[in-house]
Amino acid sequence: MVPESYYVALSAVLFTMGVLGVLIRRNPLVIFMSIELMLNAANVALVAFGQRHGTTDGQALVFFVLCVAAAEVAVGLAIIVTIFRLRRRLSVDELSTLRG
Amino acid sequence: MSLFTFAVLAVLAIGSAAGMLLRRNPIHGALFLAINLSTVAALFLTMRAEFLAAVQIIIYAGAIAVLFVFAIMVLIPGKEETGPDPLRRQRWLAVPVAALFLVLVALVLRSTVLAGPPKPHLPGGTDAVGRVLFTDYLFPFEVTSVLLLVAIVGVMALTKRRA
Repeated sequence: MVPESYYVALSAVLFTMGVLGVLIRRNPLVIFMSIELMLNAANVALVAFGQRHGTTDGQALVFFVLCVAAAEVAVGLAIIVTIFRLRRRLSVDELSTLRG
Repeated sequence: MSLFTFAVLAVLAIGSAAGMLLRRNPIHGALFLAINLSTVAALFLTMRAEFLAAVQIIIYAGAIAVLFVFAIMVLIPGKEETGPDPLRRQRWLAVPVAALFLVLVALVLRSTVLAGPPKPHLPGGTDAVGRVLFTDYLFPFEVTSVLLLVAIVGVMALTKRRA
């Protein structure tokens, strides 16, 4: 059996790569993908912690994270499509106003 | 043997995440993301979370990755991130900041969370997850359905073309 700390370390690395993606990319779609990467890393950590403590609560939490991620992606992509319709361009640096 | 499997999966996961970060074309990013999500499903399998592995493939690698590809098709990108970057200096600052974040996370994890001897593994599996979901987590489970309904209605309202 691989120790759970390896899984947690991998999840920390993946989460950091997601943070890096949010910070360095300009395309909102890729930023969204990085957010998905972070959610996935958190899922790996949750399952590993659940294994460590001998419960299935971690897996139940991952199920909820999956549902929230699905809803988040749908709403987020809808927002991005709407912004693209209004502006015809996609760059997060230009989206600095709250007015439409 | 299990360590070897974990090592291969870890290299795949980190490599696909790096590919997602570095490729300029978002469709390549979406493909790398799909690889990453499938690798995470395999990681769930190695942790004996079979239900989550199946759900990960269906929801993430199936639905979410396809949704990303659809959005990329609608938005016709490929031209972004090629022009001059006004925030180039600030963006390079992101690398040390992310490294610092990783160090902090590693310190926290080392100090507290994984201390102490591990508990024995429960016989997990789909039936155990289902039992927990429908007893202890019954209310959150029901709220999840409302959340998905709100997401559906919100997406319809957001993307409707106004006359």
